[in-house]
Amino acid sequence: MPRVKVARKSTAIDMTAMCDVAFLLLTFFILTAKPKVEDPSKAEVPPSSKEVTIPDDNVLTISIGKGGKIFLGFSGNDVRTETLKTMGDQVGVSFTPAELNKFANTEIFGVPMKQMKQFLNTPSDQMKNFEQTGIPADTTINNELSNWIITARKANRGIHSKDYNIAIKGDRLEQYPSVNTVITVLGHQKLFKFDLITTLKAAPKRH
Amino acid sequence: MAELDTSGGGKHKGGKVRSKKASTRVDLTAMVDLAFLLITFFMFTTTLNKPKAMNLAMPDNSVIKNQLPVAESRTMTILLGAHNKVEWYMGLPGKSAPTVDGYGPNGLRKALIDNGNQVASTHAAPDNFMIVLIKPSDKSTYENLVATLDEMSITAVKSYAIVKILPIEVDALKSQGNY
Repeated sequence: MPRVKVARKSTAIDMTAMCDVAFLLLTFFILTAKPKVEDPSKAEVPPSSKEVTIPDDNVLTISIGKGGKIFLGFSGNDVRTETLKTMGDQVGVSFTPAELNKFANTEIFGVPMKQMKQFLNTPSDQMKNFEQTGIPADTTINNELSNWIITARKANRGIHSKDYNIAIKGDRLEQYPSVNTVITVLGHQKLFKFDLITTLKAAPKRH
Repeated sequence: MAELDTSGGGKHKGGKVRSKKASTRVDLTAMVDLAFLLITFFMFTTTLNKPKAMNLAMPDNSVIKNQLPVAESRTMTILLGAHNKVEWYMGLPGKSAPTVDGYGPNGLRKALIDNGNQVASTHAAPDNFMIVLIKPSDKSTYENLVATLDEMSITAVKSYAIVKILPIEVDALKSQGNY
């Protein structure tokens, strides 16, 4: 009687599918990751127990950095281009397409209008060393910050026909007067609802 | 490496020497290892905590609407002073000396809860909730303001507003060394 031969099976596992999955996941994570925008205001936000996340798009953020410097950032590259054009027209400065393009890719800025050209012509590698002095602002009805905000809102309304959500990002140790300035500027534009950006700390027990 | 040679070699009995057929399979183990290593790396380096936000609604004071008088005993005024100190009092300014307190569970939060309960027990419903006026002085920080607003939501204060500080209240802060 012939012996029944048991076919020896290979112990190798086909790794192809696993490899596919791994790289698919990898690609997904890389493509969905957003680069972190360097915040020139370096504001260290205070903690709170609120867990409301702010929306990613359609936000206008006013940052109050150290020394009360005010920075502004608003979403939408097209809106930024339009806003800078309008702001330039108001003070009689015209910007080149390259400058407009640079501004469109600047997520957050804090320079007075006088320095804007100089700021936009700074090469990217020297941008870090460029000392941004903050957007001038006071509690009067007309100042540069309120001009920026109203122009940006108008541009956003014109292009996307919606109004910005306003967020305020303040430095932890910034004293109240600068916060008050921003709130007053917004109040003059009938903006009374806004978000204060905070970091999460563990919520205490409710009583 | 991961593949065992199962061809059972060494049986050439004087026949023609055949060149071994090389397997077309590539060992993917190392590649998978690398891919998962990268995934792990990306997962750990991405920050998951998005910025949180706190809603704040300021009163629209450009239009004076119908305003109802409110019992002064229902109002609690919180003065935010320097050095992370608060002072609070009930009722009208200048009548009673403000209590100096700190932020946190045993300071402001306790005061808010106690005063809230007291107002609730001494007034008739439905107007028996406490009204809190937050008055940040120029020496208080943004963190103080956020902490105070946070206490409002923690202690579920129904009605609160940020109000400009009065000179008399600045004097009160000064006299206690918190300005």
